[in-house]
Amino acid sequence: MTLLVGLAIGLATPASAQTGDTSGTDWEQTLREAQGQTVYWNAWAGDQRTNAFIQWVGEQTEARFDVAIRHVKLSDTAEAVTRVVTEKAAGRDENGSVDLLWINGPNFLSMKEQDLLHGPFVRDLPNSRYLDLSRGSANTTDFTVPTEGLESPWRLARFVFNYDTARVDNPPRTMPALLEWAQANPGRFTHPHPDNFMGATFLKQALIELTPDPAVLQEPVENADFASATAPLWDWYDAIQPHLWRGGETYPSNESEQQRLVNDGAVDIGLSFDPASTAAAIKQGLLPPTARVLIPAAGSIGNVSFVAIPYNARHTAGARVVANFLISPRAQARMQNIEVLGAFSVLDFERLSDSQRARFEALPDAPALPTREALGKTLPEPHPSWMTRLIETWAQRYTR
Amino acid sequence: MKNVRRTGLRALIIAVLIGPVLLGVAQTLSAAFGWLPALGERTIGLAPWRTLLDQPGLATSVQLTLWTGISATVIGFALAFGLVASLHGRAMGRSLMPWLAPFLAAPHAAIAIGLAFVLAPSGWLLRLLAAPLDLTHPPAWALVGDPLGIGLILGLLVKEVPFLALIMTASLSHLPVRRWLIQARSLGYTPAATWLRVVLPMMWPQIRLPTLIVLSYALSNVDMALILGPANPPVLAVTVLRAYTAPELSSLLTAGAGAALQAIGVLITFAGVWAFERLIGVIGRTRLRRGRRGRLSGVALGLAQALNPILLGMASAAIAALAVWSVTWRWSWPKPLPEQLSMAAWQQPGDSWIGPLGHSLLFAGVTTALALMLAIAWLETEQRRGASLLAGILYLPLLLPQIGFLPGLQFGFLQLGIGPGLLAVGWAHLLFVFPYVLLVLVGPWRGYDPLLSRQAASLGAGPLRRLFRVKLPVLLAPVLAAGAIGVAVSIAQYLPTLIMGGGRINTLTTEAVSLASGADRRITAVYAILQMLIPVAAYGIAIIAPMLRGRRHRLLREPRYATGD
Repeated sequence: MTLLVGLAIGLATPASAQTGDTSGTDWEQTLREAQGQTVYWNAWAGDQRTNAFIQWVGEQTEARFDVAIRHVKLSDTAEAVTRVVTEKAAGRDENGSVDLLWINGPNFLSMKEQDLLHGPFVRDLPNSRYLDLSRGSANTTDFTVPTEGLESPWRLARFVFNYDTARVDNPPRTMPALLEWAQANPGRFTHPHPDNFMGATFLKQALIELTPDPAVLQEPVENADFASATAPLWDWYDAIQPHLWRGGETYPSNESEQQRLVNDGAVDIGLSFDPASTAAAIKQGLLPPTARVLIPAAGSIGNVSFVAIPYNARHTAGARVVANFLISPRAQARMQNIEVLGAFSVLDFERLSDSQRARFEALPDAPALPTREALGKTLPEPHPSWMTRLIETWAQRYTR
Repeated sequence: MKNVRRTGLRALIIAVLIGPVLLGVAQTLSAAFGWLPALGERTIGLAPWRTLLDQPGLATSVQLTLWTGISATVIGFALAFGLVASLHGRAMGRSLMPWLAPFLAAPHAAIAIGLAFVLAPSGWLLRLLAAPLDLTHPPAWALVGDPLGIGLILGLLVKEVPFLALIMTASLSHLPVRRWLIQARSLGYTPAATWLRVVLPMMWPQIRLPTLIVLSYALSNVDMALILGPANPPVLAVTVLRAYTAPELSSLLTAGAGAALQAIGVLITFAGVWAFERLIGVIGRTRLRRGRRGRLSGVALGLAQALNPILLGMASAAIAALAVWSVTWRWSWPKPLPEQLSMAAWQQPGDSWIGPLGHSLLFAGVTTALALMLAIAWLETEQRRGASLLAGILYLPLLLPQIGFLPGLQFGFLQLGIGPGLLAVGWAHLLFVFPYVLLVLVGPWRGYDPLLSRQAASLGAGPLRRLFRVKLPVLLAPVLAAGAIGVAVSIAQYLPTLIMGGGRINTLTTEAVSLASGADRRITAVYAILQMLIPVAAYGIAIIAPMLRGRRHRLLREPRYATGD
């Protein structure tokens, strides 16, 4: 028995040592291959600060690893997914046009189900040692779907509202309170069109708050009784819709447009998937200095944004180098800096050295920036199939 | 031998310009009926159509499309006709071009963005009216994104009226309008009645094609509809684009069916135009025989004339709004003017406009040069007769809705090994630049006095020398005008750049449209202004250069057409 275990250990140790070694040399190999590559990073470009951060990442990877980044600006991530789908359809299984993709949720599920992703690769990235990659952690679960190492995290997103304190005194912090507020202030609230992910997120937040048993949302929608789970949501929505901006006849196309409405005073409450966006917008002159973040009382939906590499990417090595740099403590600390981007880091601070942690502790503050503690409880995203069904049902009910 | 070469050249031009359209149409149609073998879709049937028709709001989308497209074309035609009739024979009429040039040159997206800045509930117009009307909040109604599509119709009008007015002015130069007016007056007809009953029917055959192009565009444009049109549901072309970019595979088939539906809609309205033309012919003749002198014509024409200044005033305000926003730092509602000015939007470090500007200039320059070369080659090899049907096919890219064949074309190009990139985008631009360039050059080429070339030949000049030393210098003004229009068309292309570039090619236009739905009016304004400056500069050159040269070479001026004026 002991012999057997000893034998097993004896066999296992050199093997794992070997994989450790090869992963080291593999990484050097990756770095060598990546030299001189230009990574076409397809990323949603609706936020100027994110665009500027991506540009900084490109400058860094070019200087450090000789890997340039070309930011392919998307107005909807689905555009890039379609492109990979089309390329596969046309038989272009190599030299694809997308190298790296900012992705999550239904787009990830769609690509994963169609085998359109390269990997698993996350554990090969040296900087993945700073991540909590345990099963079921936020970094390995994307809208309840296991990521299986096919996408690497880079930033945290949290749903929040914002409002102008100069105009609104007692902003509502629950969905029933929002209904009462909208009835008292008709035309002063709206949400982006649910075709847009921000509008869909608003519906999901309302669903989680209103549904009798939120646990069913973690399962695919086919396993649940959709009608009874969503009945309270539609009752609530029927009541609030006539009091929305322009009577719910039209909706802003995304959160940026809604932010413009808040800035213009056309509506009083905006929403965002980035708690730092209010502080950032004030700095850019796009919201009044009196604007503040409003956090739902029962917590809000949060998720992790990932990057993935399509199966036919032309510059796979370069894309891995960029994904690895994105989770370096240096890049993450810069990303969390409110003067740069203000997006919360995905790193596990327990795994950082003192000097690495100090980078984060030294970051500046801004009056409109909520602390991590103030953000309260993170509510898990429902399974992606709920989002699809919600959007469809909303369109059937409210599109004439 | 010479004939063989000529036929070969013409066949090549058709293959380069029409081949892709047919390829795109074929791919789109096969997708519409479920045939996309590469995606594993091999069930031929009506399933994509069923999915399309089951989409909520589809009926509203189709109605909206027809309503906005048809009313924009009808009103635009009436306003342009009113403008041309009212300015005819006056000094201002002769210099109409410089006045209309900025609106003609401005890309659709820039005009749409500017109009949205003026007409939105929190736009400039209501900022100016907020104090007198005592408004505390922007009102809840709007002309932008309104369910009736009024904003979209206004935007289309701003672009269509100058285009149609220009085309009508050009066609008038072939007609003895003044003589008709005098003769009709002596018979007791008012000038307005003469314009409607004599000039319009005579002019129609020459402006039918441009009118159909305008109609097709109005029914199927995407960029203006994204910025000014209603959102829930949008017009059909936007619905199709959304289906095309949705992540599910099957929605590519739905998009194919939608694109086919869009094309069918356009063809049905064309048939409507044809039927209407016949009907007017019959009714018109009986009414003429009754001999009424048509006092109402004056009212109708007068109304059209009265609306033109309002439309052009609005368009000027839109352009002014772009300029002001591009140098604004903070301008909160309801201040009539910005509180703080700044050049920050022009100097943003991260997201520079230099790259998109370079792409825009590259496409405009290369495709315009190529289009001019091909169009001149086409016209020079033209046989005297029998070429009209063939020539008609060259306008196919303008008559078919873009969304009807571009998605299929991207797929077809991929299978031919042409990935999304500069080549695919440039080629797609050429499909639209070429027919406009040809449209401008056809008239002057036919009006050219062949005696000049014959004289040069008798002095021993070969064909190329005759072309470059005699014909092109004589026709410099129309060639420059065609070039300016080519530049404007290329700069304005949104859908071809988006779809054929696979999103990797950013031009000023794609950036402006995607920024238009963002939070920052200031940066959007910068892109819209840049987008407008290039074609305006090209128009400026086209207008000024022949004037300067005209002073030096009075003898080599373009011969005037038989105008009768």
